[in-house]
Amino acid sequence: MTRKSRRLALVAALVLVASGTAVLMAMAFRSSIVFFVSPSELAAGGSRNATALRIGGLVEDGSVKRSGSDVRFRITDLKNAVEVHYVGILPDLFREGQGVVAEGRMAGDVFEASQVLAKHDEKYMPPEAVEALKRAGEWRGGAQNGSAGGS
Amino acid sequence: MIGEIGQFALILALALALVQGSLPLVGAQRNSAPLMGLGSSAAIAQFAFIALAFGALIWASVADDFSILTVAENSHTTKPLLYKIAGAWGNHEGSMVLWVFILALFGASVAAFGRRLPPPLKARVLAVQGLIGVAFLTFILFTSNPFLRVFPPPLEGDGLNPLLQDPGLAFHPPFLYLGYVGFSVVYAFAVAAMIEGRVDPAWARWVRPWTLAAWSALTVGIAMGSWWAYYELGWGGFWFWDPVENASIMPWLAGTALLHSAIVVEKRDALKSWTVLLAVLTFTLSLMGTFLVRSGVLTSVHSFANDPRRGVFVLAILALAAGGALALYAARASAFERAGAFAPISREGALVLNNLLLTAACATVVMGTLYPLLLDALTGEKISVGPPYFNATVLPIMAPIAIAAAVAPLMGWKRSDLATALRRLWAAGAVALLLAIAAFALTGGPWAAVLALAAGTWLIAGALTELAERVRLFRIPIGDSLRRLASLPRSAFGMVLAHGGLGVVIVGIACAQGWRTEKILLMAPGDTTTIAGRTIAFLDVAAVQGPNWRADRARMEARDKNGTVIAELTPERRWYPVESQATTEAAIHTNGFGDIYAVIGEPEGQTDRQPGSAIDKTARWVVRLYINPLQPWIWFGALIMAFGGVLSLTDRRQRLGAPAIKPLPAGSRPQAAE
Repeated sequence: MTRKSRRLALVAALVLVASGTAVLMAMAFRSSIVFFVSPSELAAGGSRNATALRIGGLVEDGSVKRSGSDVRFRITDLKNAVEVHYVGILPDLFREGQGVVAEGRMAGDVFEASQVLAKHDEKYMPPEAVEALKRAGEWRGGAQNGSAGGS
Repeated sequence: MIGEIGQFALILALALALVQGSLPLVGAQRNSAPLMGLGSSAAIAQFAFIALAFGALIWASVADDFSILTVAENSHTTKPLLYKIAGAWGNHEGSMVLWVFILALFGASVAAFGRRLPPPLKARVLAVQGLIGVAFLTFILFTSNPFLRVFPPPLEGDGLNPLLQDPGLAFHPPFLYLGYVGFSVVYAFAVAAMIEGRVDPAWARWVRPWTLAAWSALTVGIAMGSWWAYYELGWGGFWFWDPVENASIMPWLAGTALLHSAIVVEKRDALKSWTVLLAVLTFTLSLMGTFLVRSGVLTSVHSFANDPRRGVFVLAILALAAGGALALYAARASAFERAGAFAPISREGALVLNNLLLTAACATVVMGTLYPLLLDALTGEKISVGPPYFNATVLPIMAPIAIAAAVAPLMGWKRSDLATALRRLWAAGAVALLLAIAAFALTGGPWAAVLALAAGTWLIAGALTELAERVRLFRIPIGDSLRRLASLPRSAFGMVLAHGGLGVVIVGIACAQGWRTEKILLMAPGDTTTIAGRTIAFLDVAAVQGPNWRADRARMEARDKNGTVIAELTPERRWYPVESQATTEAAIHTNGFGDIYAVIGEPEGQTDRQPGSAIDKTARWVVRLYINPLQPWIWFGALIMAFGGVLSLTDRRQRLGAPAIKPLPAGSRPQAAE
């Protein structure tokens, strides 16, 4: 094998792997990116048909209803709220009045959550929950953090 | 007092790092032995002072010295001793001290063990290490001082995030940092080689032990992190493609590629400029991981506090380290071009393929991790890239790696023939195929899991085949084979273990993901349920008191088909009053071939109840049960891989001086590898 054809083989392998990777990435990005929307944007009718969404905000006071492992609650950005349905064990830090993020999709007027995330510890709020309040113009800086409380 | 000693020690260490980062460079340029020798003494002294500072921080934490801000914010008198010690690095400031402690440890190790290194190379390596030390010590002293005083000192501390109050905290961060920071030595070697304008097989042999050490530690660190997530988060999963996990897998992928390309430099004097670039990139990715985790751009259990100055500072270090090295690379890389020739179908060719695929996998993880951050920074649009993206990109790229990793070791250097290698693997192929058919026939299971099971089995059997070929098993008398086995170099076993271990990990992931059974239900004391052939009885729930928590502890009994008790499970929900936070403690029973995993949630209808308070005996509890077949193999496999790395590290050839360079065959022209 000549020097030229050896080099050609190497370049061919490089191009093959690089283009294969690029195609994989492009396909995966198209199908699996999850967009973030706030409850107000949902109420205005945006992104209702998307297959995967993330919504953030606060768990509305008095909205949590459980029957077994079946949970319904509302996520609010203090302007609008959206009804959420979830099956499973909620995270340890899930509480009414606290920041929360849910991932899933809209089924009619109800958000079917496949995953519910709360913050990792008492001190912080999930950034998406903060973002939703900011978009609704209801963010008061650290005030929501301060009122966290335990029980 | 102890705080001031620690602070003073850090300042002295910074001064020593400045000396270490400058004078030996001048010495190497002028060939002055005293100036070059300064590098070693400065590195050892710097290590001593950082160790002193680190010790002071642990002491302050153990002694509950709440006049020190980091201790007041992250500790509490009721916290168990283990978490007072390990909690010293369970916060931003302390974890950065651990970072520089390990950096200095590696610097001192180069000084102590690098006696056979040529003095100019050693001086330059230590100088680069010194400069990294300068950057991070400055970062600590100016943005993250762990010894900051608070006045008046509070009587009691705020406590530590309960998720971190786990024995894993004592081991996971040190191992991870040994890996991350260990690649700084490799980076330093690469920069020193570029300054000298020479990369040769001897260089590759000097770099190899450091790469192996860092890689093995990183493998253990990642496996521990995944194990911790598995039992502490209570979701039954072990890998979430969380940006923080990605931060550790990116340098691992690049480091694995480096480990392989350095072999080509060592044995064949080829792929030199690529290997140097990879060494720079690996440490750059380590720094990027530090930036992602420490800057607060991500919210996770790892990001302790948000201070934009810190993010900017780490980003500046990252830019300097990567930019400086890449500029040097642009200027010098052409000097490394002379290289040995090889055919595409050869051991070298296979290692190039390994590097292409690992780099591609690494690039997809980098893209998936950074794209949401860049999009947010540029347009303000918030998106998240989750497991579906990574599964759809990384797994298809890893599959050919698993298949090729069994074939490549059976191929010869320079020119080989695929058919011969594949003929030797007929048994491995047959075993993998039969197992896949059996698995499909028995379970009709998901095809992805069946294929992954076959790939993992192929890799394990392939690694064993390679060993059998080396000792010519069944082709010469068994006694002769055993004698050959005993005289094999340790690095040969290292490779068999590393490849076989990867096979074990793949088999574990395939089975745990493909054939797991999950059940969520409500159970009251006295109820029973069946899951995957086992009967689980919910016996009772009691309130228990721990050192700094109280909990609801359920008792469950698992029986097999014959009614024999196989496990008692005690999942808990804990309440940490100091931090006012609840955690889930999963109960896991393992027999080495599978796990029974149980978690309890809240009692029905009692939303705001604190765990560990009075229990309503008739209440039904949310219970989540998993049967995860072969789950522990994921971690066994990772440990086998790391052990393979350590075994190669102890190969006596690693400790010898310059390797004999095989002369190039007459007539072969010097040729570029890239």
